[in-house]
Amino acid sequence: MSPILKITNLSKVYDSGFHALKGIDLEIKRGELFALLGPNGAGKTTLISIICGIVNASGGTVTVDGHDIARDFRAARAEIGLVPQELTTDAFETVWATVNFSRGLFGKPKNHAIVEKVLKDLSLWDKRDNKLITLSGGMKRRVLIAKALAHEPRVLFLDEPTAGVDVELRRDMWRVVRRLQETGVTIILTTHYIEEAEDLADRVGVINGGEIILVEDKVELMRKLGRKQLILHLADPLEAVPETLAERGLELGQNGETLVYTYDTQAERTGITALLKDLHAAGIRFRDLQTRQSSLEDIFVNLVKAPS
Amino acid sequence: MNFHAIKAIYRFEMARTGRTLFQSIVSPVLSTSLYFVVFGAAIGSRIEEVDGVSYGAFIVPGLIMLSLLTQSVSNASFGIYFPRFTGTIYEVLSAPVSYLEIVIAYVGAAATKSILVGLIILATAHLFVPLDIQHPVWMLLFLMLTAVTFALLGFILGIWADNFEKLQFVPLLVVTPLAFLGGSFYSINMLPPFWQTVTLFNPVVYLISGFRWSFYGQADVSIGLSVFMTFLFLVICLAVISWIFKTGWRLRA
Repeated sequence: MSPILKITNLSKVYDSGFHALKGIDLEIKRGELFALLGPNGAGKTTLISIICGIVNASGGTVTVDGHDIARDFRAARAEIGLVPQELTTDAFETVWATVNFSRGLFGKPKNHAIVEKVLKDLSLWDKRDNKLITLSGGMKRRVLIAKALAHEPRVLFLDEPTAGVDVELRRDMWRVVRRLQETGVTIILTTHYIEEAEDLADRVGVINGGEIILVEDKVELMRKLGRKQLILHLADPLEAVPETLAERGLELGQNGETLVYTYDTQAERTGITALLKDLHAAGIRFRDLQTRQSSLEDIFVNLVKAPS
Repeated sequence: MNFHAIKAIYRFEMARTGRTLFQSIVSPVLSTSLYFVVFGAAIGSRIEEVDGVSYGAFIVPGLIMLSLLTQSVSNASFGIYFPRFTGTIYEVLSAPVSYLEIVIAYVGAAATKSILVGLIILATAHLFVPLDIQHPVWMLLFLMLTAVTFALLGFILGIWADNFEKLQFVPLLVVTPLAFLGGSFYSINMLPPFWQTVTLFNPVVYLISGFRWSFYGQADVSIGLSVFMTFLFLVICLAVISWIFKTGWRLRA
């Protein structure tokens, strides 16, 4: 199946000379939830802005469902919905008017049933006659999502949609996102909350310094790059790691009550058997043991910290 | 053509007008009435007829033009500047709309509003002086052409401006003086020959002269020249706008 979004050698140099994107190549599969991670200033918003038509590219091409975003901008943009990072709404319009406005703007005829459904899905139906200026930040965020969905897009961009949003709204939002994905909508998400990407994403891309440094299936990524830790809860606390175990790279935790061993799951030998033998020889007894897989956050931090 | 989008933007802009309806109607009616009290009744009664028309009636086309020019410029500039200022412009830029459609919608709404204001002033003037419009079709044509042309100018201004001060600058410091000096309140024949020549460099002279001709059949410059100059100005504005959209100047980084 052809990708819904194809980005080829995309670059952006701002007038100030800032090289925001350096030859990005990326393909997004139909119907997937793709999480784009990256530190501030990495180029996430620039990338989304170019695809959506808000910023002009300096070079390269982007196609949305086969439509070039420059040559065939009408067809390309009609398929896209964008929830921007900033909470920008008109002040004096009502929720109902602004969501209907968005639908018209994207070239769709009036359809009150669809707008009603979108508002109900986002728990905005009761607020439909409220002016936007009277809404809380979280409600405004919902309105921005409703506006992005009003024209029934096939691709939805969520640019850090949960920044500054309370837990309840976040849960609501992810419920809506999952439901959208079930109906075949492709979702591209940028977020700072890596646990969100970990929960929701099918694939993860990491962008840093205007370059895509990694694109990987999430499960595969966590398997590949995941470091695992073996945590041993000691029967008798230790003051220091015994000399005989020094070269194993053990760390003492929780006031000497645990010993933490970090190992690479991909290595030929994890060293666990030898470690346990040595512990036995040193007379260290333990009451419990557990293993912990590193999170996407750990992986991410390691990736962007690595010297390029 | 994305007609749904044109309609959406046009209705959005007209809704903005609707919310300030009181101010939109009362303020031009009030200021026109004041002009009539001052220039028509108080001072005008001591001025003889100009080109065979009573002074009160003579200033009506100029008064309408004065409001039409400033209203068109400020409506259109505000209409496009405000979404840039608040950031809501992202939606228009990301929508499947062409530049032409954006211009038609924003400029159309701004021009509609100023034409309404112009007609309201005309009706108000009618309460003070008898009006006899000799060429009503031309009158409406001039009204519409001028409103559209200056709304285009306002649109350019709204894209150029990066603060509210600049937004006010052109209507206050350029359009209003040009309208006052363009023969709103006098016939340029009343000026000394040197100033008559200088005045011919003021584009607003041609608009007011042509507009006044449609009322009384009297003009400072030939009607053909007035029509030509109005169209020339329209074409210049369109050229600038097409350049702006081609380069994405101030709209797309």
